[in-house]
Amino acid sequence: MAKKESKQKKINVRVDFTPMVDMLMLLITFFMLCTTLSKPQTMELTMPSNDKNTQEEQKNEAKASETVTLYVAANNKLYYGEGIPEYNNPAWLKETTWGEKGIRTVLREHATENGTKPVKRIELAVKALNQKKAKQPLLYPDSVYQKELIKIKGGELEDGKIPTLTIVIKATDNASYKNLVDALDEMQILSIGTYVIDKINDDDMKLLTSRNVAI
Amino acid sequence: MGKVKVKKSDVWIDMTPMSDVMTLLLTFFMLTSTFVKNEPVKVNTPGSVSEIKVPENGVLTILVSPEKDKAGKPTGEGQVFMSIDNTDQLGATLDDMAGRFGISLNGNQIKTFRLESTFGIPMKELPGYLSMSSQNRSKVLPTKGIPLDSIDGGMSEFQQWVDAARTANEEIKIALKADAATPYKTVKKVMNELQDMDESHYYMITNLKTSEDE
Repeated sequence: MAKKESKQKKINVRVDFTPMVDMLMLLITFFMLCTTLSKPQTMELTMPSNDKNTQEEQKNEAKASETVTLYVAANNKLYYGEGIPEYNNPAWLKETTWGEKGIRTVLREHATENGTKPVKRIELAVKALNQKKAKQPLLYPDSVYQKELIKIKGGELEDGKIPTLTIVIKATDNASYKNLVDALDEMQILSIGTYVIDKINDDDMKLLTSRNVAI
Repeated sequence: MGKVKVKKSDVWIDMTPMSDVMTLLLTFFMLTSTFVKNEPVKVNTPGSVSEIKVPENGVLTILVSPEKDKAGKPTGEGQVFMSIDNTDQLGATLDDMAGRFGISLNGNQIKTFRLESTFGIPMKELPGYLSMSSQNRSKVLPTKGIPLDSIDGGMSEFQQWVDAARTANEEIKIALKADAATPYKTVKKVMNELQDMDESHYYMITNLKTSEDE
């Protein structure tokens, strides 16, 4: 009798967790399907104000050799012209492609009148800064890094100030939004600080149609 | 002959560690993820190398999608929808807009509006739309959009919405979410309208470019 009692004390207290696991599985599946893990990326963009008065003031004179106009056209086409637009000269407009071999090389190799290639120089400086940051992350917190980056984008390199490139991006009506973002992306990749999205004017239209560009 | 004793092996598996892991996973998913918003139109954002994240809150998202005709070909026009992530601000914006257009909405209609994640119905049709059943609403919404044409030379309905949202939250950030295939014409129109009302700083929502193209 006494033996029996002691055996009864060994009651199995194991709880079956299988239903619990089932339920958790369901919940996880629900969360995996109904939510997104990553927040989408964004690009910051500041457009010039439409106010006529401020527009005139903000127009700073960029030297002819320091401007490049990009024409983003329909069907993934991209054209560019270096210097002041020559609306009467269809040969001023040159065709190029998107990506590394096309527009990126064009901008990188663009030389100003004194022979420097600002985009290339700035790109190298940014690379150097990134390397310095990777070596000593503590010396370059985000605030310092951003300040340095803005300085470099403004053309202030270690061996003096160099002129920077100003890019004017003009997109035609049927150019896709993707191409516009691509163009802005190139600015980001090449660390070009000064660029503006401008409207196509009548002269641009004439020039583009003279080259049979799909608008 | 002795009976072969078949051993009754215990097949009980302890599920406790499994359940532990599951709970951890679940917590992870609950904390890191955000719910997918129900958008009336599918928007494929273009890829970019930019790594800036969308601001956490106080964002007015403008959804631009290329309008397609019945055959699925783009008509060259675009539709514009909007969403505000904060329901209180959304309510305040709606109140403001209803006042501006002289439209009175009853409690149920306001509640429906606040529950809906994205809006984009011309103001005139709004009360009728909000009284529809949810099934009809999801059918009608993708065919509408906020009108971009200016009213009697004044502000367009789109601008009124942005303005009302700005009144509800002065520090509202504007995020533009457009489909990669949208013709620039449509995007330009939206940008122009924003520029006209001195709203020149905004975010463009993009995907992270995973591989280098070309």
